[in-house]
Amino acid sequence: MLRLSLARRRSLLPWLFVGPGLLWLALFFIIPLANQANVSLQTGNPDTGYAFTWAFSTYTDAISEYQEQFLRSLGYAATATVLCLIIAFPLAYFTAYRAGRFRNLMLLLIILPFFMSYVLRTVAWQLILSDNGWVLARLRDVGLVSDTGRLLATRTAVIAGITYNFLPFMALPLYVSLEKIDRRLIEAAKDLYASPITAFRKVTLPLALPGIFAGSLLTFIPACGDFVNAALLGTSRQFMIGNVIQSKFITILDYPTAAALSFILMSFILIGIFIYARLLGARNLTQAAL
Amino acid sequence: MTDAEQAQRESTEPAGLGPAESDICLQGVSKRFAGTTAVDDLDLEIERGAFFALLGPSGCGKTTTLRMIGGFEAPTEGRVLLGGEDVTDRPPYKRDVNTVFQSYALFPHLTVERNVAFGLERRKLDKAEIARRVQETLELVQLEALAGRKPAQLSGGQQQRVALARALVNRPRALLLDEPLGALDLRLRKQLQIELKRIQQDVGITFVHVTHDQEEAMTMADRIAVMHKGRIEQAGGAAELYERPRTAFVANFLGVSNLVDARLGERDGELVTLETHDGARLRAPADRVGPHDGQAVQVGVRPEKVRLLRDGVAPPEDANLLRGTIVVASFLGVSIQYLVRTKGGEELTVVVQNTEGEPDAFTVGSEVQLAWPPRHTFVVAKETHHEA
Ligand SMILES: Nc1ncnc2c1ncn2[C@@H]1O[C@H](COP(=O)(O)OP(=O)(O)OP(=O)(O)O)[C@@H](O)[C@H]1O
Ligand SMILES: [Mg+2]
Repeated sequence: MLRLSLARRRSLLPWLFVGPGLLWLALFFIIPLANQANVSLQTGNPDTGYAFTWAFSTYTDAISEYQEQFLRSLGYAATATVLCLIIAFPLAYFTAYRAGRFRNLMLLLIILPFFMSYVLRTVAWQLILSDNGWVLARLRDVGLVSDTGRLLATRTAVIAGITYNFLPFMALPLYVSLEKIDRRLIEAAKDLYASPITAFRKVTLPLALPGIFAGSLLTFIPACGDFVNAALLGTSRQFMIGNVIQSKFITILDYPTAAALSFILMSFILIGIFIYARLLGARNLTQAAL
Repeated sequence: MTDAEQAQRESTEPAGLGPAESDICLQGVSKRFAGTTAVDDLDLEIERGAFFALLGPSGCGKTTTLRMIGGFEAPTEGRVLLGGEDVTDRPPYKRDVNTVFQSYALFPHLTVERNVAFGLERRKLDKAEIARRVQETLELVQLEALAGRKPAQLSGGQQQRVALARALVNRPRALLLDEPLGALDLRLRKQLQIELKRIQQDVGITFVHVTHDQEEAMTMADRIAVMHKGRIEQAGGAAELYERPRTAFVANFLGVSNLVDARLGERDGELVTLETHDGARLRAPADRVGPHDGQAVQVGVRPEKVRLLRDGVAPPEDANLLRGTIVVASFLGVSIQYLVRTKGGEELTVVVQNTEGEPDAFTVGSEVQLAWPPRHTFVVAKETHHEA
């Protein structure tokens, strides 16, 4: 057996813990990523096959051709994220502070939708919003929707679907960060002349920032690449970039464009996260938790 | 209680302050939680500028009392007055008192400086004034060097000082301190006791200090209220509480006390006579008899007031006298502490100053007489179960 000094063993120990994770990342993330990068720079067609040619034009073509879907994806995802935050914050707040012995029940209710398949849930929404469904009839009754207006196949339906499907991803991190806040800090704030609203603004909210950040990422990132909601609740006029990528890959077999679109989306998301972190104050995010 | 309180007030009042103004006043305050009465019909008056200690064992309602003054808990009954104004229904942020929490409750996301500025910022003082007062207060608690740190980067004692500064900087009517030194080790606690006392004298704000440590209360406070089961048993200066306890609980909670069951007898001028259960006749000043029902009482004396005499030595005239056998003798350096079992079976503590340099003056097993002047004797109602 190899004999190592204590200091040496200490320095090797962390690798033992992160090793499996690194291996997993290398196998299922880095390698496919490199592979796709390679594919995105190939040219050819499905019949004759593709060859690597440093074809950067695929990127510029993809951007100009699918600009609309890109913007729509970011817009829908951002709207849904904001809606999720608005709905989930009071939900998480109530669950963390006011639910008492119903707290676990509330948490169960929040994650309950996960027990059913994503696609199935969205299909259920299709039924709920359908043209001869109960909801539309009632909305027409009260005049919120005109007699020829629809719910299904609209932008509203797609955004509502995304919001619904990603709500738990927002609610759970928010709950965790709120639950962690020592309530005595709120008492201290009130002792120091802060009204309940000021105490919320100056203490609860800053300390909940890591949860807001995590929840927003967990909602925004998958929402950007989502195609299920647009496919089931919208029409081609509501298609997002996920729908384009899916059809390029699976129907048209235009692999380079699909790969290029994926990379462009990824860079958009990374830039978005960077700006968002800056806005919230990255120092706050890491230190508020201390 | 009122007589004693009056006497105390006259003796401790600083000259030149005029008639004491009541700063904090609780009138008939009770607090009941589902099933328990935490505070029971409590009356309390705290003078402006006093260092007031609420002393009592765990669970006696100290924190609850303090939280009702701060506004975090609403009394079930009774009124809370601050500076003569009824604030019973006012939320904490509209009360002119600040709290130093036992857990400190410092805002983890703010620097020391911003923590201290928090109250002033809420009161919308102008920036320069806030900066000046924060600086001044940080100097007072000797933390100016750490102004830029976050609470997580401070030691326990430093955090305690930030909590103090954060409250003091607002110059409130009164500062409420809930076991502010409870989480610190003994040395630091002793040091901060002195420091707190100094700061209180410097700023002249009323301090209400909750503690279960009698030594801490006696070191720091001008006045101490001893709480027991949601009530105040006795309030007064440290010396008064020690020398003239009015109840067995106070006698036991503050220092060591020797209590012997007795029956109250005739009054004899300034003195009352008592007969202990084993037949000894003792006397005590009439004004040192606490409230009691009937004649069954306990008669007490503090350990250092008692003189030990060998069997057969003639005791001083008029002294109270009990007989017993030495059970334990402990040499403590400054003094020698004896445990003496009386004829009636009580074990009494006697402390003798070590002036003779003869640690074995009385050996275990020797028969002794315990003698003390009647004026050091106190009488309290008989308590069926002891708690100390
Ligand atoms: N929120 C509450 N709900 C129910 N009972 C409570 C509550 N707060 C306090 N009590 C009860 O009231 C009594 C007094 O509590 P309090 O915290 O005032 O005691 P304390 O004197 O501060 O004790 P300690 O020295 O241990 O801090 C206790 O019996 C406690 O269990
Ligand atoms: Mg307490």
